[in-house]
Amino acid sequence: MKRPLILLGFASLLSGCSAQWGWYVVNPASPTGMTNLQFLLSGLYYTVLLSLTAISISVVTGLLVALPGLSDNRYLRSFNRVYVELVRAVPILVLILWVYYGLPQLTSLTISVFWAGVIALALSDSAFQAEIFRAGIQSINKGQYEAAHSVSLSYPDTMRFVILPQAIRRILPALGNQLVYMLKMSSLVSVIGMQELTRKANELVVTEYRPLEVYTVLVLEYLALILIVSAAVRWLERRMQTDERN
Amino acid sequence: MISTSAQPVIRMEGVSKFFGSFQALKDVSLNVNSGDRVVVCGPSGSGKSTLIRCINRLEKHESGSIIVDGVTLSDSRESLNAIRAKVGMVFQQFNLFPHLTVLENLTLGPVRARNTGKTEAAELAMRYLERVRIPEQAEKYPRQLSGGQQQRVAIARSLCMEPQIMLFDEPTSALDPEMINEVLEVMAELAASGMTMICVTHEMGFARRVADKMVFMDHGEIVEMSPPEKFFSTPESQRCQDFLQKILHH
Repeated sequence: MKRPLILLGFASLLSGCSAQWGWYVVNPASPTGMTNLQFLLSGLYYTVLLSLTAISISVVTGLLVALPGLSDNRYLRSFNRVYVELVRAVPILVLILWVYYGLPQLTSLTISVFWAGVIALALSDSAFQAEIFRAGIQSINKGQYEAAHSVSLSYPDTMRFVILPQAIRRILPALGNQLVYMLKMSSLVSVIGMQELTRKANELVVTEYRPLEVYTVLVLEYLALILIVSAAVRWLERRMQTDERN
Repeated sequence: MISTSAQPVIRMEGVSKFFGSFQALKDVSLNVNSGDRVVVCGPSGSGKSTLIRCINRLEKHESGSIIVDGVTLSDSRESLNAIRAKVGMVFQQFNLFPHLTVLENLTLGPVRARNTGKTEAAELAMRYLERVRIPEQAEKYPRQLSGGQQQRVAIARSLCMEPQIMLFDEPTSALDPEMINEVLEVMAELAASGMTMICVTHEMGFARRVADKMVFMDHGEIVEMSPPEKFFSTPESQRCQDFLQKILHH
């Protein structure tokens, strides 16, 4: 329903291309426009790769941080609290700068732009993932643990086969949210020179002096990407629900 | 299986359990022989559920001792695993795994905890589903079944672990009245097969028919313990008389 509207908006922008608009910079019909468009789109690879790598790491880390938060042990619980509060308090941009410029001084390692971006995004997101997992796991009825206990399942098996499959179904919308958020926040990694969508757009603006058109294309690129992710998450949600209900 | 063992299979001595400052069990002692069918009743909050939940270590008792088939319950992993292998439990709310099919509910324990092969576990599961008379539901998900069917699946799930002792924690309390009998039938059959059972229930008809020992609890104590003939005809304590009058009068 929204997509035709967006196309309509896009068309009206194009039709108004006279005085203020200079759509020629990204007009696929002209050779320069085509080259520019391809240049902009070439950032897609790193935006997607960076976001997917970072979210994969942050989901696993988040789960590993969430589990001690559910323990009876006071020290394990405080580890979870400290991690979440500390990591959550650092702005993503600050974390990116700190990891890229600061961490190499501390460890005498050189970190590539890509991995610095991945580490910063994954670290920052893991604190949120940890809270999402904790909420999801806590929402599962105590009876499920008791039933697992009574059929002799070990703790890892109880988590893997009984609790997490149910918890993940419940937190899927929140996980989808985080993926969308991650895709958007990956634009911040442009500040350390990552060749992703935003960086490409910035570079083109510098040579073409048409920020309005270039950034509009950038907006549309993110929009398209995120609509695809939303659709995928919704599809996954539906599929997992029919598992239980059909 | 015939109960000939003189040695009690469950031996509880002086067991106390607190929830905060509330004492749920007060110095409870109970012996259960192999093959015994014990029915525990009493008003709500009297400690019946806590009593049986202590037997498979869903609750930790604070003092006294519980010995199940020679294993003393403690915090050690060995004792916990040994107990869980010997004792099966059926819950008031069924507690089936909603994301797994009936068959998967039944095979998860044998496959993961007892290293039974998948095919063998499935055969075992089908055998017990037939015993609770719902083999045709094997591929369905729990929410597609009625309450009575779900509880029978839960009983079959427990039996798949081949326990020596079965605990029932108000197994029919969450059921619509017309479904109570199908569950009680399955339990009666199980009792007839010689299984050692402890049932917390208010189904006094079932108790009369099946139990060979009645236990009445109130305020965390075992107030009365006697064979059903005596329990229902000439209860000794006033509290037990009052209770029976209330629940048998409707």
